[in-house]
Amino acid sequence: MSGFACVGRKVHKIDAFDKVTGRAVYGHDLRIPGMLHGRILRSAHAHARIAEIDARPALGVPGVHAVITAADAKTGNIGFLQDHPVLKGDRVRSFRDEVAAVAASSEEAAEEACSRIIVKYEPLPAVFDPFEAMAPGAPQLHDSAPANIIKFGYDFNEGDADKALESSAFTAEGTFRTHYVTHCCMETCFALAVFGRGGSLTFHSSTQIPYLMQNTLSRVTGVPAWKIRIRQPVIGGAFGSKLDVYPYEIIAILLAQRTGRPVKITYTREEEFRCTPTRQPMVIRMSAGCDREGKLTARKAEAVLDNGAYTSWGITTPHIMLTGISSLYKVPNVSFKAFSVYTNNAYASAFRGYGNPQGTFANEQLIDELALKAGIDPVEFRLRNANTPGSVTPQRFRITTCGLSECIRKAAERIGFGGPKAANEGVGIACMFHVGGGGRVYKSDGCGVIAKLDDFGRLSLMTGATEIGTGSDTAMAMIGAECLGLPLDAVSVINDDTDVGPWDVGIHASRMTFIGGNAVIMACEDIKDQLREHAAPMIGSDPKNLEFRDSKIIDCMNPDRNIEISRVVRAVHFREKGRMIVGKGFYDPPNEFQGKDFRGNVSSTYAFAAHAVRVRVDPSTGKIAVLKFVAAHDVGRAINPLGLEGQVHGAIAQGLGFALSEQLVYDKGRLLNDNFTDYKMLLARDMPAEIEIHFIETDDPEGPFGAKGVSEAGIIPIPAAVANAVADAVGIRIRTLPMTPENVHSALKAAGKAT
Amino acid sequence: MTLLDFLREYLGMTGTNAGCRTGDCGACTVLLDGKSVNSCLVLACECDGKAVLTIEGLSAGGRLHPLQEAFMDEGAVQCGFCTPGMIMRGVEFLRGNPDPSPAEARVAIEGNICRCTGYENIVKAVLAAARKMKGGGVA
Repeated sequence: MSGFACVGRKVHKIDAFDKVTGRAVYGHDLRIPGMLHGRILRSAHAHARIAEIDARPALGVPGVHAVITAADAKTGNIGFLQDHPVLKGDRVRSFRDEVAAVAASSEEAAEEACSRIIVKYEPLPAVFDPFEAMAPGAPQLHDSAPANIIKFGYDFNEGDADKALESSAFTAEGTFRTHYVTHCCMETCFALAVFGRGGSLTFHSSTQIPYLMQNTLSRVTGVPAWKIRIRQPVIGGAFGSKLDVYPYEIIAILLAQRTGRPVKITYTREEEFRCTPTRQPMVIRMSAGCDREGKLTARKAEAVLDNGAYTSWGITTPHIMLTGISSLYKVPNVSFKAFSVYTNNAYASAFRGYGNPQGTFANEQLIDELALKAGIDPVEFRLRNANTPGSVTPQRFRITTCGLSECIRKAAERIGFGGPKAANEGVGIACMFHVGGGGRVYKSDGCGVIAKLDDFGRLSLMTGATEIGTGSDTAMAMIGAECLGLPLDAVSVINDDTDVGPWDVGIHASRMTFIGGNAVIMACEDIKDQLREHAAPMIGSDPKNLEFRDSKIIDCMNPDRNIEISRVVRAVHFREKGRMIVGKGFYDPPNEFQGKDFRGNVSSTYAFAAHAVRVRVDPSTGKIAVLKFVAAHDVGRAINPLGLEGQVHGAIAQGLGFALSEQLVYDKGRLLNDNFTDYKMLLARDMPAEIEIHFIETDDPEGPFGAKGVSEAGIIPIPAAVANAVADAVGIRIRTLPMTPENVHSALKAAGKAT
Repeated sequence: MTLLDFLREYLGMTGTNAGCRTGDCGACTVLLDGKSVNSCLVLACECDGKAVLTIEGLSAGGRLHPLQEAFMDEGAVQCGFCTPGMIMRGVEFLRGNPDPSPAEARVAIEGNICRCTGYENIVKAVLAAARKMKGGGVA
């Protein structure tokens, strides 16, 4: 870190004061005069025909204002393939399905009213396994999908993977299974719909996609998009879960339309577990090969995804799984196929890492197996194949800055690879490749910022960039402060209103600091140009010589010539033919939207990391203890080191939970563990006692002050790193997640190694 | 009516958050006569005559509690939803154990779930606040 006044320093997050004092206003805290509470009645069956709904008894409950069913709520479908009716009229396909909804003056009245609605079902045969769902005679869930196979798949080929595998000196293969986990945002979902002037809709939401949401809400409800305003309160966690629009959000709007009153729906924790989407579970069959020197020759993967009953973003997670499979390390031949199958299970959406943690679980275990067969140390094997600056991957990703080798060396050294180990102790390493410079997964990857400087030197950044807890607001404010030489306290970020903020495509793909930060730089450069023009004659300097620091504009050739920024703004306002000081920045990165061939430079730079873990496996119980964790990340540059550290720490907790303990347990489509007691996230005492985080700063030329996106990266290599450490400790390969004591003990027993 | 609903719905004190309403997550932790409780599991009428301290009351007088400062200093806040409950639990813990080890701090907050931070910087904040309170004599 050098030469920066704000960037790279330890600062208080700009939202931290409100959050430590209880002042932060979350969606749960919103109340509007006259507001009603909405509740949803859900299916009693995994698969059934709805014969009859009698909603009249609900209307008899005091305080009930409206009851709606599919019969009186005509809307379009939602979801990536628009296969998901908001309220289900003739058929339910999973337990989470919405059958009716109530608006009432209290939560209790709404709940009571829901319980009085009489629904007559005719149960249908159901199917809960994607392979059974493809078998002849399985019940078909949607007319559009014979054998339940959805006509949306992935097929990517570079070179000839089959031929390369045949002629490889060593090959490794396996079938890997990943499971259902869910986001567990600490704030449960809410939606608040308020109609106003001329039928305009203000929709309060913790969405990650305010502008895309305007479009979807309009298409589904018929309210013109230009009449829809999205407001976002402080958001209590998202992790990808809020990248889609869900039925409850449309239902809140329908109930508000019906009653003429504001309507709010807030999920209970049980609903949050049962009804929000999951991480996409997968079965991945994968093989990989290398030559005698340990150079990778080919990778081949085929994945089958349990889509659940409806389609959200889960079906597109192979897109990002493919990036790791094609582009982590240099591999010339790649074959990848993936498709999704309807079942009567829960459906999946986006979740931090987006398919990449699942793919990397397979990918990085096979690397260790190849290294073992080739007789090469797994660290050395990775170094021999590591990506390098200036290379192009099979998907045509152009690698610019790349600190992968440094990450591998640092992680291996700090965990003590090749050093002494106690009995049943092992070390494992796994790496990851992910987008780090935005991700053009929509046609747009842009973000706009309007920067306004006021009479007193306060900088307001108005933007569509959403903050979900990651600290992107703080990073953007720090960048603004750095550009204009202002104190961080003088910068505010206003990003809670689509009426105010310019376009942003959404907070996904670890893009917000990278993309939003660059937009802030552009807007501030615009402001600086304006200020230079006004300030130069005031202090008798050449505009070219003016610099911005300590809240002043300073002539770098003659520092005695300087002026407070605020004074210049006032002078520009308080005069004849006055002007305002407003800068605009719209950053759309130089990356490419991929065609049907899945080729194109989807991100303008890439993030790399290596994680190493030391574990001890108890052969009598199968319990894995993580003794030490080392994470080394190529972050480009640390804008806010504390925030960055927090992103990696949080990813370690989520990643170890994914690897070791978290699992949604379903019995024929019905969730059995809908609470924090039975769904085991890591608690404070479960975290490894020793965690080290190392940042490799590669100063990316496209990044704001050199930074790359990093918020997803930390979760991606973890299950693979743990599995590799378990193999090192006790010589068994775990290819099915989660690695609970029970599952590990079974594997030990099968190998004759349990005690 | 629970203490949580009484605080949030009747008094409009929304600093205390509702994460699960089943006593599992700790987001609604407040101090009742100095002891930390899940306010979702306590009836408001049980609190008659007792002192309830919430996050709003912790910085009464405009001065932040050392734990609040430490949470900002150590980067212990992300989405912030668990933060008020976590801090209230920390206040009780440090009163009983002014010089905790990292392991003790981890155990102390195991009833408070955080999905964002991985707890590391929260533990650091609790330890930093302990140091500050010993030095500055703040209770």
